[in-house]
Amino acid sequence: MNPAYSVILFTTSSGAGYGLLALLGLVGVQHGQASSLAFALVALFIALALITVGLLSSTFHLGHPERAWRAFSQWRSSWLSREGVAAVVTYPVALAFGLVWSGLVDWPSLIGPLGWATAIMSGVTVFCTGKIYSSLKTIPQWHHGLTVPVYLVFGLATGAALLAPIATLFGRFQWFQIVLAVVALVAVLILKFAYWHSIDNAPRKHSMAAATGLGPGVRQWEVPHTNINFIQKEMGYAVARRHAQKLRRLVFLLLAMAIVFAVLAALLSPWLSFGLAVAALAAAVIERWLFFAEAVHVVNLYYGLANA
Amino acid sequence: MTSLPATTGKKLGLVIDLDICVGCQACATSCKEWNGQGVSAPLSDDNARGPQPMGTWLNRIHGYEVQEEGRDDSRIVHFPRSCLHCETPACVTVCPTGASYKRAEDGIVLVNPETCIGCKLCSWACPYGAREYDYASGVMKKCTLCVDRIYNENFVPEDRVPACVKACPTGARSFGDLGDPNSDVSTLVAERGGYDLFPEMGYKPTNKYLPPRPRRDKAIAGIEPLPAQDGSALDRLFAWADKLMTSSRATASVNPADVSDRLEG
Repeated sequence: MNPAYSVILFTTSSGAGYGLLALLGLVGVQHGQASSLAFALVALFIALALITVGLLSSTFHLGHPERAWRAFSQWRSSWLSREGVAAVVTYPVALAFGLVWSGLVDWPSLIGPLGWATAIMSGVTVFCTGKIYSSLKTIPQWHHGLTVPVYLVFGLATGAALLAPIATLFGRFQWFQIVLAVVALVAVLILKFAYWHSIDNAPRKHSMAAATGLGPGVRQWEVPHTNINFIQKEMGYAVARRHAQKLRRLVFLLLAMAIVFAVLAALLSPWLSFGLAVAALAAAVIERWLFFAEAVHVVNLYYGLANA
Repeated sequence: MTSLPATTGKKLGLVIDLDICVGCQACATSCKEWNGQGVSAPLSDDNARGPQPMGTWLNRIHGYEVQEEGRDDSRIVHFPRSCLHCETPACVTVCPTGASYKRAEDGIVLVNPETCIGCKLCSWACPYGAREYDYASGVMKKCTLCVDRIYNENFVPEDRVPACVKACPTGARSFGDLGDPNSDVSTLVAERGGYDLFPEMGYKPTNKYLPPRPRRDKAIAGIEPLPAQDGSALDRLFAWADKLMTSSRATASVNPADVSDRLEG
């Protein structure tokens, strides 16, 4: 699949934003009102800004961005629509939580419920994002049991990788932030390893024979066009697969670096948590690019691919 | 509404006979011509006469080489591919806006160009590559089964068929109600063993493909077998002429399979 930059930016940026937002909600549940108004406002602003940048960038690849509001209507059948609805519902919940958590509105008994609601809605939104991809039977690498868990855990890991440096800025650095980041990053490592192992070894269930019904002796003889068409441009992307192994190792390296930065931040100086954030976000971007580039759509079976 | 209708009154669709399709592209060009002007307009082309032309087509004709089991030779199968108007299409249910829909009355799958946001998710959900995005108008395009022809009362009845069916010079494309077991198209599918593409996807395509018929000749292609000798006067005449013309010196054999020592009759 063609890795559209707008979609990569959307899923990584909003994933990190929702991860951070969910953690802020849980911090509120655990500790009650924020001890620093500035920390609360800046952290919430960063989370919501990442989400908003992501959502806006996802509209860049639309043919008609001005009609994007229509996408909230088909939540009964469409995961894309559900994601849109969940994203819109999360905003007022997060803002209400921000008001009571930061102390701008003095209503401490609401911090717990609204913190939970914010965390749950963040999770639901990222879950819907993952389901958009995992529900597509046409792309075996996405129609996979680990697609949704990877989206959720990557969101949490990048969110945790942001929480520690933001807390450091306001002198609110704490051990649990590092523990959280390390646990989430290790979970990402394990899930991605399992995912890549699984897609590399999965049997190719679809064939040109089934696509055409012409039996096992079929091969492409003539293409139905004089130049590349939309289908191949959008779904025939193959450039990246050449470098897939190197890029996978780079993702693992960046994740390992993020973990090292996290441990060093706890041991030496909290300011090293900025390294944690940079490495984790870089890993997320490359992983997401590979997620698209390594996905092989079954329509390629009509265009010369033997198995998918 | 992107939820699917429980049942459709009719199941209008195409039956494509791969045995007689000659790959002339008449269906593709007539589709482009009709739909470039009708409800699907524009069906835009980019740089149509330049070195890198690219355009939106609702029907494309692939060519496949098929080697049948137990044969050394292969055959060419021309393979038109367009929307199959599936009974349970994922392209419709993934649509976030309701622009994609399946009509309850006849099962035709359509896109409303007024409400499509051009997110392209439907094209990702289709295993058949039936949907093509129109870069100029920013919306998704697909086969409409010529919905603006088949119900068009300005046309004489024999013209109320999709443009591709009307254009096909060999009659390889048939149009009708595949939900009616007694319709001509259903009979054709039953007689010829019409099949679904990608059945394992579970989208239950309405359009059916008729397989190429088995080859009639069983001999190795390229060599005409000699008729059996029957001892007739003509047979003996040819044998005599062959002998007369055969030089005592060895001559190159024209046909390596010809070991009959006689002229071909």
